[in-house]
Amino acid sequence: MIDLFSRYGRVLVTAMGQTLLLALYGLFFACIIGLIVGIMSVVKNKFCRGFALVFVNLIRGVPMIVLAYFIFFGVPFLFNNVLHVQNRVTLTALQAGSICLALNCGAYMAEIIRAGIQSVDIGQMEAARSVGLPYWRAMQRVVLPQAIRTMIPSIINQFIITLKDTSILSVIGFPELVNTAKNVVAETFLSFQTWGIVAIMYLIVILLLQWLAKVLERRLKYESK
Amino acid sequence: MNRNRIKIQVENLIKDFGSLHVLQGVTTAIYEGEVVVVIGPSGSGKSTFLRCLNKLEETTSGRIMIDGKELTDPKTDINHLRERVGMVFQHFNLFNNMPVLRNLMLAPVDLKKCSKTEAKARAVAMLKRVGLEEKANSYPRELSGGQKQRVAIARSLCMKPDIMLFDEPTSALDPEMVGEVLDVMKELARDGMTMVVVTHEMGFAREVANRVLFMADGQILEEGTPEQIFRNPQNPRTKDFLNKVL
Repeated sequence: MIDLFSRYGRVLVTAMGQTLLLALYGLFFACIIGLIVGIMSVVKNKFCRGFALVFVNLIRGVPMIVLAYFIFFGVPFLFNNVLHVQNRVTLTALQAGSICLALNCGAYMAEIIRAGIQSVDIGQMEAARSVGLPYWRAMQRVVLPQAIRTMIPSIINQFIITLKDTSILSVIGFPELVNTAKNVVAETFLSFQTWGIVAIMYLIVILLLQWLAKVLERRLKYESK
Repeated sequence: MNRNRIKIQVENLIKDFGSLHVLQGVTTAIYEGEVVVVIGPSGSGKSTFLRCLNKLEETTSGRIMIDGKELTDPKTDINHLRERVGMVFQHFNLFNNMPVLRNLMLAPVDLKKCSKTEAKARAVAMLKRVGLEEKANSYPRELSGGQKQRVAIARSLCMKPDIMLFDEPTSALDPEMVGEVLDVMKELARDGMTMVVVTHEMGFAREVANRVLFMADGQILEEGTPEQIFRNPQNPRTKDFLNKVL
């Protein structure tokens, strides 16, 4: 195993870098999507709520591997071979992967954010409105700060799930850790050792992330004291 | 009380929650500086009536005018109007994510009513008025129920409202804390604030109210001075209710 790592360690660490890059892009856009869709699902407007509901259920109802194939192969096919647009539409694996992660994680984030907002007592919003604050101001100053505190553990959990889900994107050929490991196995036939190393690498990164989450959580608790 | 100036005019107010008719045509006028206490059995619509007065509930039909401005008119800037109508809730609803002083300063500063220094000075003054200046830096969760409610009153006062609505302000309090909240309210009444108070505190109604409204089934069944209502109620429902609570 050590022998294998000394030979392929560099390749695998680089692949882990790609995994993290993909996860980072995905999570960044997922947070934006989650916040927008999450808030849409609590506002009064029926159209907004309907859109949020359809979006969340659509994404949750489709396996991510299907979503990945659909975005990477299906969408460019639609533009190039069905609609025959002038400039050929192509997506790199990183682009398609990021979109896929962002949509998938975004839908779950939206649910976490919706639940977080709804967990804040309605009286908080009413009190804020009754002193004259407009809806968005009240949301921003009073409701969201309280909601975020309850959301943090679930959000971190979702981050970890998304990080692990990057492995699914090996199917569209993005050179992340699993895809690279497959190539290493193909070259060396050392399945046990290779996948063992890959598992440990994921574990280390995720434990680090969990530790970071703990620190963040404690910090937030302390600040609210 | 100024009989010449109507502060709140309510005309045939109707509020339905789906098929539930909570308010079935409420009409009344509340004068400047008047203290109106609303009593009645639970489910009579008195809290809903109060919540309609600052549009926390959308009305189904009817008119509410505050200083001649129609609340139900979509053109009326509701946020602007709410600044002048303070509300105190049964469950206090202090902002849990900030200390007492910031609770008081949030709206005045955020809405640019005044500078931060002015807002702070006023907040401290209002805390002093309710006897809690030493709690400025405490978080709501560190206060007792009575203290929370006094802070909530101070928070409303920071917006310099000219009407205060109280929605069962002492119902969630331990008995020994009711007095301290009522004392603050009495002082407000003495200072000439226009107040509408939904409460089960008959002693307070007797002592402070200019007028008592008895509500049942979404209507005002009887109104009059505390003397009239408590000594000599006319409506059988009022008699029945008072027999149960007194």
